[in-house]
Amino acid sequence: MKHYRGYLTLAVTPVQWFVDAPSRMWTQLDQLVANRDDLQLENSRLQSDLLILARKLQRLDSLNIENAYLRELLGARSKVDDRVQLAELIGVNPDTFIHQVVINRGLRDQVFIGQPVLDSGGVMGQVVEVGPYTSRVLMVSDTQHAIPVRVNRSGFRAVLLGKGDLKELELDHVPDTADIQVGDLLISSGLGQRFPADYPVAEVTEIRHDPGRPFARIKARPTARLDKSRHVLLVFQSPQPVWEPSPGEAPLTVSVPAASSIASAAIKSATPTVPKKDL
Amino acid sequence: MVAAAAHRTWIILLTLLLALMLGALPMPEAFEWGRPEWVALTLIYWSLALPHRVGPWWGWVVGLLVDILHGSLLGVHALSLALIVYVTGRLYLRIRMFPVWQQAWLVLVLVGIHQMLLQWAQTLTGNGAEGLAFLLPSLVSAVIWPWIFVVLRGVRRALRVS
Repeated sequence: MKHYRGYLTLAVTPVQWFVDAPSRMWTQLDQLVANRDDLQLENSRLQSDLLILARKLQRLDSLNIENAYLRELLGARSKVDDRVQLAELIGVNPDTFIHQVVINRGLRDQVFIGQPVLDSGGVMGQVVEVGPYTSRVLMVSDTQHAIPVRVNRSGFRAVLLGKGDLKELELDHVPDTADIQVGDLLISSGLGQRFPADYPVAEVTEIRHDPGRPFARIKARPTARLDKSRHVLLVFQSPQPVWEPSPGEAPLTVSVPAASSIASAAIKSATPTVPKKDL
Repeated sequence: MVAAAAHRTWIILLTLLLALMLGALPMPEAFEWGRPEWVALTLIYWSLALPHRVGPWWGWVVGLLVDILHGSLLGVHALSLALIVYVTGRLYLRIRMFPVWQQAWLVLVLVGIHQMLLQWAQTLTGNGAEGLAFLLPSLVSAVIWPWIFVVLRGVRRALRVS
C-alpha cells in the first residue's frame, strides 16, 4: 500500500488531463502556425547553441577520461553517468502554499518516490507521490523541502531550504566566517543520497551578516525555472556505493566512504553479532 | 417524463466537475492568491437549491476528490466542505429569503470558515502562511457569488433539475 495515494489519483487523472488540454492544444497550434522567419531564427539559434555545447562536450570527454584516470590512481570508484527520462508537466498545484507539480510519468515508467527531477537549469525537486500514469513532484522551493548543497567555488557544504517562494531559497546554519560570496553557484553535494551530486541548484543572491544572529542569512535563487519549465528530466541514478544497515542491525554512526569497500564488508560481517536489545 | 426530469444528478455532477477543473487551472501567481473557491461555491448553490438531494455526503466525496487533486492532507477538504454543506443545509430556508448581495455576505463567512479550516490543517503539517492573505479567496468568492447564483439557477431551471 505504499502507493495508495498514487492510485487514488486515478480518480482525478481525467480532470488533470482536461485542465492540461488547452495548453497542450495551444502548443500544438503554435507549432502548426509558426512563422517561417521565426522558425529559421530559432533554427539558427539552436544550431549555434549546439555548436557551443558540442565544443564544451569535446572538453568534457577529455576531462572525463582524465578524471577517470586520476580516480583510478587514487583507487576510487569512477563516476558513472546517470540515466535520464524526459517527462512533461501536466499540472501545477493550485494551492499557493504547496509548491508541487504533476508530471505525466508514473509507475508504468518506473518512477519511484524520492526520484530527483531536473530541468534545463538545474535541480527542480523530487518525486513525492507516484500514481500509475502521473506523479507528483515537490519543488525545492516548498517549505517542506531541503537539499544538501556545496558551494562550487570553495567546496563549503550546507543545506538549502525552501521558503515557499519560487524565486528564493535560504541556506541554513551558515557561520559568518564561511567562504561564500554573492554569485556563488550552489551545486548538489549528493550527501543526502537522494539527489545526484554536482548538479546546479541555486545561485547566491544576498548575504547578510547580522551581529545579533548566530548565523549569516544567505539567500539564493534557484537555477531551475521552477515556474516556467514544461519539460523536465527524471534521473535514474546509477547505483551508489552506499552501505545501509539492514533492519534489526545496530545503526552505526560511521559513514562509510565510497572507496573503502573492504571496511564496509568488515562492518557488515561484524554487525550480526550485535544483540538486538542493545538498540 | 416527470420522473426522468427529477433525476438529473448528472447535471449536478457536471457542474461540480467543471468547478474542480476551474479550481485546478494553472494561473499566473498574482491571480492564484485570489482564486475563487469554485467547488465550495457550486456545492453551496446546490445544497441551497436542492437541500434534499445535496447533503454533507456530497461535500465529503467531492472534498476527497479535491484532496487527491491538490495533494493536500487526505480528508481536509472533505471535512470542511461537508461542514459548509451541512451549515447551508440547516439554514437554506433563511438564506433563500435573502437578497443576493446579502447571500454574498454569508458566502463570505462560509468560504472563510472553509479557508480557515484548511489553513489550520496546513499549519499543523508545517505549511502555514503568514498574514491573512489566505482569506482573499473567500472575498473573491463572495464577490462572484451573484454571478454563480444566476448562472447555476439558469442551468437548473433550463434543464429542470429538481
